[in-house]
Amino acid sequence: MSEEYINKKIVVKNATKIFGKSSSRAIQMLKEGKSKSEILKATGATVGVKQVSFDVNEGEIFVIMGLSGSGKSTLVRLLNRLIDPTMGQILLDGKDIVQMNKEQLRDVRRKKIGMVFQNFALFPHKTIVENTEYGLEIQGVSKKERNEKAVESLRLVGLAGYEDQYPKQLSGGMQQRVGLARALANNPDILLMDEAFSALDPLIRKDMQNELLQLHHDMQKTIIFITHDLDEALRIGDRIALMKDGEIVQIGSPEEILMSPSNEYVERFVEDVDLSKVLTAGHIMKKADTVKIDRGPRVALRLMKQLGISSIYVVDNANRLLGAVTAQDTLGAIESEKTLNDVLISDLPMILPDTVLTELFDVVSTANIPVAVINEDQKMQGIIIRGALIGALSGDNDFINKDGTMDSTEQHTEVK
Amino acid sequence: MDELLPRLPFADWIDTGVDWLVDTFGTGLDGFADVLEGVVEGSVDILDLVPSILLAFIFALIAGIISTRKIAFFSLIGLLFIDYLGYWFPMLQMLTLVLTSVMFALVIGIPVGILGSQKAGVRKVVNPILDLMQTMPAFVYLIPAIFFFNIGVVPGVVASVIFAMPPTIRLTMLGIQQVPKDLIEATEAFGSTTWQRLFKIQIPLAKPTIMAGVNQSIMLALSMVVIASMVGAPGLGEEVYRSVTQLKTGVGVETGLSIVIVAIILDRVTQYAGNRKKKLGGNTL
Repeated sequence: MSEEYINKKIVVKNATKIFGKSSSRAIQMLKEGKSKSEILKATGATVGVKQVSFDVNEGEIFVIMGLSGSGKSTLVRLLNRLIDPTMGQILLDGKDIVQMNKEQLRDVRRKKIGMVFQNFALFPHKTIVENTEYGLEIQGVSKKERNEKAVESLRLVGLAGYEDQYPKQLSGGMQQRVGLARALANNPDILLMDEAFSALDPLIRKDMQNELLQLHHDMQKTIIFITHDLDEALRIGDRIALMKDGEIVQIGSPEEILMSPSNEYVERFVEDVDLSKVLTAGHIMKKADTVKIDRGPRVALRLMKQLGISSIYVVDNANRLLGAVTAQDTLGAIESEKTLNDVLISDLPMILPDTVLTELFDVVSTANIPVAVINEDQKMQGIIIRGALIGALSGDNDFINKDGTMDSTEQHTEVK
Repeated sequence: MDELLPRLPFADWIDTGVDWLVDTFGTGLDGFADVLEGVVEGSVDILDLVPSILLAFIFALIAGIISTRKIAFFSLIGLLFIDYLGYWFPMLQMLTLVLTSVMFALVIGIPVGILGSQKAGVRKVVNPILDLMQTMPAFVYLIPAIFFFNIGVVPGVVASVIFAMPPTIRLTMLGIQQVPKDLIEATEAFGSTTWQRLFKIQIPLAKPTIMAGVNQSIMLALSMVVIASMVGAPGLGEEVYRSVTQLKTGVGVETGLSIVIVAIILDRVTQYAGNRKKKLGGNTL
């Protein structure tokens, strides 16, 4: 194993799959840089996956996303050679599986890679526990041991007690849990999940995503997750590879994909994403102008005049939010010799930075002054003004902070 | 016209070919024929040692174990009826003939079907042969069978085997090929060998379809026994054949009805054997 592969669980180099005859001519054209449709026209061969290279880190959830026909399902099948690549290298822990003979490949499939399928692919003639222990059964593991492992695996996915039922007796969500348990029972390092949740209805799908994240957190498997659903990709992916016409168009973290699409295709792909569910208060908050409570009403009023605002937030010495004062009240306080404390409005709407925008609408629309964003320690993080909320929803990047926070030292470069 | 294009002596070629086969393999086949005849006739004799009423109960019991009480009850009544008509012994002869033929058809047909399901090349060879076997008038098989085995039980069995085998082969191939692709992918993804895929997943899932083929083979073998009686195969078919040649309507109906009863029993019992698994919630996607 050479240096560069340390911590790289999977390295794919130039993987290509061409379906159909005359693939040698197609390869030639591919090397000349011809497009998929040109090759189809000239040779009749379909390029399923076109010179794809990427690597997956150990313990990462790597999402491959694309529309149907983009080659993502073919690509994932290259990884365990359910489909043989036409050319290229696929290294698992530094070993090229393309070069493996049948026996070595079988061993990799048995020990290293588990797979979960879109339509569950449970064996209808076997009970749940028999399905789960299938991978162990074909390895010749003793009946007792494989039963123990299968039962444990079913417990992990929350299906204890269903061992002796048949797949048909379970709902879709439960069937896919069996699919997951079956893949986990072998204790593989890598899980391939081919549109695993796409056949489930939205609520169940969300539950399954959460559970997958929990399982991933507990077990630290490397997961390759295929989906056509951007929301799903953004939710669970550590990194996302976006595919189009058999090629990877962009690889990056969900933030990078969303905030700096590398080309028009990615942009069009992400423009449909429901931003209100992805962006958080942290993404759209602006720097707050505050006044310390012991500075008194005159300072507060002066600040408001300078900034041209009609109200200002009041914090204590530790930058903890106490409340806000309006210009009118502050003026009154100066005239009647009162302190800021006397005119402080303390029942302000306050939210945490990771609140998603959908949950903000109500608060922002009813508030008279900008909504304060605070952290768990009551410290002032920023404010949200209506204009920024609407601007961000329209996809205007000027209103969006790239990394979802607004670090005080970098805020001006972050907020473009 | 006659001079321009002389008649193709195809029949002569076939005759020469069959003669050659008989000369070459005849002695070897004689031994096989003797054994087969001994087994069939021996089985009939053993079955005949058991009192008919007791045997009817035993058959009904077997039917009941495989299928339902209703079918068992029908079997009992039907068999006793045949006994009462006086066709018990010919019925035993026919049953043994049918079951022997079907056994051969399955022993050859299921492996061929499995092989065909795996290899497209095998399918390409097997399918046209099956077409030929199924469409060739059944009587034609009888002629070379006589050359090889003389008259009696054996040519009957051989002709029945040839006639009854195609559905088993076809439906075995079909059943295995119909196993959904994603299940095949799943077995592959977990690292199954071809053998494991076949015997743990494909064949169990294809079982209802294979059993439908077995059922069809039994029915075809039954339909062949009357024809086989023309070359001297004993049994109910022989009685039917005699009633036809002697124009005895009453006997014809009696024996025909007896065949129908046996056919219904065999059909229901085997159909049930194929569909049994469905009740458990498994199967069919």
